[in-house]
Amino acid sequence: MEFFKYTRPFDFMGKSKIAMTISIILILASYVILATKGLNYGIDFAGGTIVQVKYDKAAPIKEMRERLKGDKLFDGASITEFGSPDEVVIRMKTTTGNVTQDIGDVTREALKGTGKFEIRRVDIVGPKVGSELKEKGLMALFLSVAAILIYVAFRFEWRFAVASIAALIHDVSIAMGAVALFEIDVNLDVLAAILTLLGYSLNDTIIVFDRIREGIVKSKNVNLAEIINESITRTLARTTLTSLTTFFVVFTLFMFGGEIIHAFAFTLLVGIVVGTYSSIFVASPILMLFGFDVKKYHEKLAEKAKREAEKERMRAQYESGVM
Amino acid sequence: MKLNYRIVIFALAIVFGIVFSVPSLLQTEGGKKITLGLDLQGGLHMLLGVKTDEAIKSRIKSIAASVKHYADRNDILIDGLTFDENSVRFEVLDSDEVKSFHTFLSKVEGAKVTNNGSVITVSFTPKEVVKIKKLAIDQAIETIRNRLDQFGLSEPIVARQGKEKILVELAGIKTPQEEQRARELISRAAKLELMAVDEDRNARVYNMSEADAAAYGDVILPDAKNPQIKYLVHEIPILDGSMLTGANVGFDKNNRPVIDFKLNSEGADIFGDFTGKNVGKRLAIVLDGKVFSAPNINERIGGGAGQISGNYTVVEAKDLAIALRSGALLAPIYMLEKRSVGPSLGADSIKASMVALIGGFVLVIAFMVLYYRMAGVIANIALIANLLLLLAVMSLFGATLTLPGMAGIVLTVGMAVDANVIITERIRELIYEGKSMHKAIEDGYSNAMTAILDANITTLIASVVLYVYGTGAIKGFAITMSIGILASMLTAILGTHGIYQMLESKMAKNKDYRFWFGIKG
Repeated sequence: MEFFKYTRPFDFMGKSKIAMTISIILILASYVILATKGLNYGIDFAGGTIVQVKYDKAAPIKEMRERLKGDKLFDGASITEFGSPDEVVIRMKTTTGNVTQDIGDVTREALKGTGKFEIRRVDIVGPKVGSELKEKGLMALFLSVAAILIYVAFRFEWRFAVASIAALIHDVSIAMGAVALFEIDVNLDVLAAILTLLGYSLNDTIIVFDRIREGIVKSKNVNLAEIINESITRTLARTTLTSLTTFFVVFTLFMFGGEIIHAFAFTLLVGIVVGTYSSIFVASPILMLFGFDVKKYHEKLAEKAKREAEKERMRAQYESGVM
Repeated sequence: MKLNYRIVIFALAIVFGIVFSVPSLLQTEGGKKITLGLDLQGGLHMLLGVKTDEAIKSRIKSIAASVKHYADRNDILIDGLTFDENSVRFEVLDSDEVKSFHTFLSKVEGAKVTNNGSVITVSFTPKEVVKIKKLAIDQAIETIRNRLDQFGLSEPIVARQGKEKILVELAGIKTPQEEQRARELISRAAKLELMAVDEDRNARVYNMSEADAAAYGDVILPDAKNPQIKYLVHEIPILDGSMLTGANVGFDKNNRPVIDFKLNSEGADIFGDFTGKNVGKRLAIVLDGKVFSAPNINERIGGGAGQISGNYTVVEAKDLAIALRSGALLAPIYMLEKRSVGPSLGADSIKASMVALIGGFVLVIAFMVLYYRMAGVIANIALIANLLLLLAVMSLFGATLTLPGMAGIVLTVGMAVDANVIITERIRELIYEGKSMHKAIEDGYSNAMTAILDANITTLIASVVLYVYGTGAIKGFAITMSIGILASMLTAILGTHGIYQMLESKMAKNKDYRFWFGIKG
């Protein structure tokens, strides 16, 4: 089977204006959503308490609200369905530092008589821990971007590094925008998804860049746009196929992986789609934007090769001299 | 068919993968296995903090107690012995004795002793304060570990996290009752104090406020069984649990469980001296601020043995004895973070992620065969080998599999075939260019190599950062991702190359591009 048999290069660069416009609109929309709606921090980062309760039939949410109303511990608690009508989570902003008194036990006592139920999960994250996790999370995000930037600059050239990071920011921004738009709780798993996306999106971009670099070195053509078009077309099959297999597995994770993994899978799903798009339509035009000059690069390569040859000659001379 | 070094290494890797993943896959008796994280098997995860200021206060209190004992023993009259959070203060009536107190107190480690005339103030040097705080945390970790080791759970984890946090992970917890018991055992201060009842004023205890009591150097403590009953006792204890050498469950004459304790020789001396001088008065046995009993002192008690009777069940008595034996917490602990997962939720998570894993796996495998034919089959062999290796390495290191870790494995399935997609696309290209089968395969691999390496290394960088900065379950995700990537280099690049080289002569002969690579050629 073959979807993308190479015949001639598609003119991706010719469409870059449209792509850039779409991207800029998406990014701006994401920032507007992030600024107005904001991220919905879950208890990992904001601190708070979660009690997950599963009934053997549909949970009597109304009655539960009535029951919990009286207790000060449950002030401002929200009760929402979790995955199925049988299961609910009670969310509170408050936490208790007392080791012996447990909110799970208190909930069990308060809900006595509302039916047969089981408390399946109690998570308490103190405010101090929450802000620490946030700090660590941002640190991780920043550090991995920096490390990858250095690696790409070392392996390619600084313009490639900057373009790949720009594509990265593009992907992460849009994924975060989607997370804010759909009011997904931002917990550690969403952070993990974002970091995975970081690696994934770069992975995609680098495969294309690798082809561009190969095209620059090998071909006599000095028109960067043409080289890019050719390279993207040649890697198009791989880009879409790998995205497809990864999309398959993340999609099954999203559908069947259970409620707890939902946020993680959602973030990645959005990320994969955006990441695939960006490695085709965003990263390379930015490379063009920075004015990468193929002719100069060729000259530099030739210069380097000449220097190497010179060195080699000198070494040979020196060695024969010594002998 | 010809053997080559690549196929030999690949075969060895598969054997390694099978041998070491079998214990985890089939849950055999022996062998190293992957441990399931708390989120998958259910359990209790806690991050505890220590109120270190309380440790300072308690040290100050014990200095006050020894000052009192020293004065009593040597018949030195002192007055106005008081203490606050940071210091002890008292006046020596005979100013000639100030020097003797200086010598006595200089033996107390880290104490700073100053006097203004005959008023002596004792506090701690800043260095000692830091030391006491650190000790309080070290000791809390040690104590909690001791207590949990005796609690009867398999492999409780008690570890320091960061500078001053304590991580406690209990995997075997199954019921809320068990959890409650564990939490009580961990957090129990288990501070035993023997205190003198202030017999002169005790009759008025129900009309006294805390402040009134403090004015006499006393405190009001409730009875453990009936909190309505109060006792007025001297705030500075005669001695405390630090002089305890043993605590065991015993039974009193009515066959009710009690705790027998024994004091060390220093404690026995103090106890003997005190009981000898206070015959006819009462001695309060105080545990965590509650009076368990207040027997009359009938005679001098030597030997340093005592008994705590209370209204407890055998299990409660046993837990209490464990807590007393493993020592008091120098400072109270409090909860920073708690995550408890019921076993049924863990089982549900395993089920759900297995469905996702198998579903994703089948989709990828089917797609690869459909699209690439034989090349797809070869890639799938590499994928299976990759999963086996991943499981084997995790088993070998006894790594913990968490729910995000499962997600990492699922993701590995999707991304591990990437290398083969890149390689096969390159081979297809070269075949279209009219290269021979042999040349197309060899050049295909070498052309694809830099791209695969660069791509994998960047993903690996992100995973490593995630591991270093991630906490708990997220670390599990980073581990499975990293091992998966590394294993894919071996299976997807080296392994498949070996298979092609083995089949090459056959491929060159029949030249069926549709069969081998899914193209017309």
